[in-house]
Amino acid sequence: MTVELARRGIGLRRSPVRGSTGGRRGRLHLVPQWFLIPALIFYGVVVLYPSISGAYYSFTDWKGGAAASWTGLENFQRLIEDEAAVASLRNTLLIAITLTLVQTFLGLLLALALNTAIRSRNLLRTLFFAPMMLPPIITGLLWQYIYVPGGPLDTVLSTLGLSGLSQSWLGDSDIALWSIIGSVIWHHVGMSMVIYLAGLQRIPEELYEAAALDGAGAVRRFWSVTRPLLGQATTIATALTMTASLKLFDQVFVMTGGGPGVSTQTLSLIMYKEAFVYGNYGYGSAIALILTMIVAFIVYLQMSVTRRGEVEA
Amino acid sequence: MSGTLSRHDTPATRGRPRRPGRTAADDRRARRSRPRYGMPLLEFAMIPITVAYLFPLYVMVAMSFKTTAEIGTSTVAPPEGLYTENYATAWTEADLGRAMANSVIITVLSISLAVLVGSMAGYAIARGARRTSGPKLMLFLLGLMIPGQLGMVPLYMLMRDLGLLQSHASLIIFYVGSLMPLTVFLYVGFLKTQSSTYEEAARIDGASWWQTYARVVFPLLRPVTGTVIIVNAINTWNDFLTPLLYLAGTPNRTLPVAVFSFQGEFASEWGLIFAGMVIAALPILVVYFFLQRHVIRGFGGGLKG
Repeated sequence: MTVELARRGIGLRRSPVRGSTGGRRGRLHLVPQWFLIPALIFYGVVVLYPSISGAYYSFTDWKGGAAASWTGLENFQRLIEDEAAVASLRNTLLIAITLTLVQTFLGLLLALALNTAIRSRNLLRTLFFAPMMLPPIITGLLWQYIYVPGGPLDTVLSTLGLSGLSQSWLGDSDIALWSIIGSVIWHHVGMSMVIYLAGLQRIPEELYEAAALDGAGAVRRFWSVTRPLLGQATTIATALTMTASLKLFDQVFVMTGGGPGVSTQTLSLIMYKEAFVYGNYGYGSAIALILTMIVAFIVYLQMSVTRRGEVEA
Repeated sequence: MSGTLSRHDTPATRGRPRRPGRTAADDRRARRSRPRYGMPLLEFAMIPITVAYLFPLYVMVAMSFKTTAEIGTSTVAPPEGLYTENYATAWTEADLGRAMANSVIITVLSISLAVLVGSMAGYAIARGARRTSGPKLMLFLLGLMIPGQLGMVPLYMLMRDLGLLQSHASLIIFYVGSLMPLTVFLYVGFLKTQSSTYEEAARIDGASWWQTYARVVFPLLRPVTGTVIIVNAINTWNDFLTPLLYLAGTPNRTLPVAVFSFQGEFASEWGLIFAGMVIAALPILVVYFFLQRHVIRGFGGGLKG
């Protein structure tokens, strides 16, 4: 059933159907471009214009008044000397890299486990994807409570006789960042799983049968058939996780607010604080521009690395 | 495939009539999977993993039925009785009914507009001149790369200058615009795989462009419209930062903002906070459990490039 649904899924159509006229379409069949205008207006007003203007303001000392004077690279110089900004840059990269690696790997394991013939597979798929439905602000609040000293996590650990592992989960500046990462993995691992499940169901049955006939065991079949053909799923899963985790805001905002000290400060968090709490619009925009450049660079890098590993079935 | 004898065709599965409720795909998968004796082991191994995974959700629900005193002494045990006072207090104190109505209004209007405007744009790009369709799509895809933070301040100022802050309209405009990249991408991707025969027939029969779009193209887009609605609606419903900036402190605030400010007011009354969280989480979870196959397919298949 799921296989059929996946095959009917839009991304999975293998051969695009050509327009019946083929070649160049005549004037009767070329859609007039005014159909594009409403989308362009919304997109221009909400995304294009504000982004361009934000990029401009990052080179000014704008504080919200009418006057904003051009200050060149001053904001960026200040950023390098700003301890909180440097820490947030480091944390943002650490979060993005750890989340992408761990969440993608766990998602793959879950997908492999739930792509087998176990009876509970449909129920388990539904359950493991369920937290994805919840607002990040709510899962953040929930985990804040889970991590409370003497709270649910500590209680479970001491029941299991592991109370030595108890930590000040969100209060210790060496641990808080990892605690947040753990909660985000819990929240989003279903997303990676679902992408890999779609990828697994795309692999033609015949390939496994051919490999089996050639005497390949289960491990060999995974390594030589499944692994290479999951390349595209890996590209999508890692790209989505990477871009989402670079912009991570809600969970950090509600769980620690960036503390203790600057240990969980992220770029999107200090951007918010500088702009909307302290009114330093120019400086806040400069932080956002740095974030944009990191996202663009990492997406480019990551696409060109993982794309190489892609094979078509 | 009939006639080939694979090692996986065990006497148990070959030639036996299918059990009711099983599809050919199920049978194929059953054969593909590793030897059967491994399955009970895996099934068994998934139990502790699933229990651990669901533990936080259990905590959320269990705490919402406890009195403050009870929470002070036990954080993991099930509630002693069903103390529902938390729900009543949360509902009235945080005005969650109003917040839920706001969330529904904003989500429904944003998604409807995004579907209309996005499908029109997808139609124009996929069925316009081939030479320019690539650059036009790229212009929209750029939006997937630009973090919202970059335009956050100028957009906030623009909304303020237009006098739209604190209104539903400000958020609806924001969502329609920021949903365009993914929406247009999905519609163009889908239309490129569809034949244009019906549209051309309609044109030859004298239908106007609008009639062709509304009567022929839009109905054809139904499968991808489902994906667009599901993925966009969940992201919109759960969004937090922009509604916080635009609507905080007004009666127009959405559910996530209401729960957040409620948490600020009753900082240590976890029972109340959890009741508020359950109320906010429930509508979307109910919809999810009814539409789970579509939701999972939408997220898994719809987002591919």
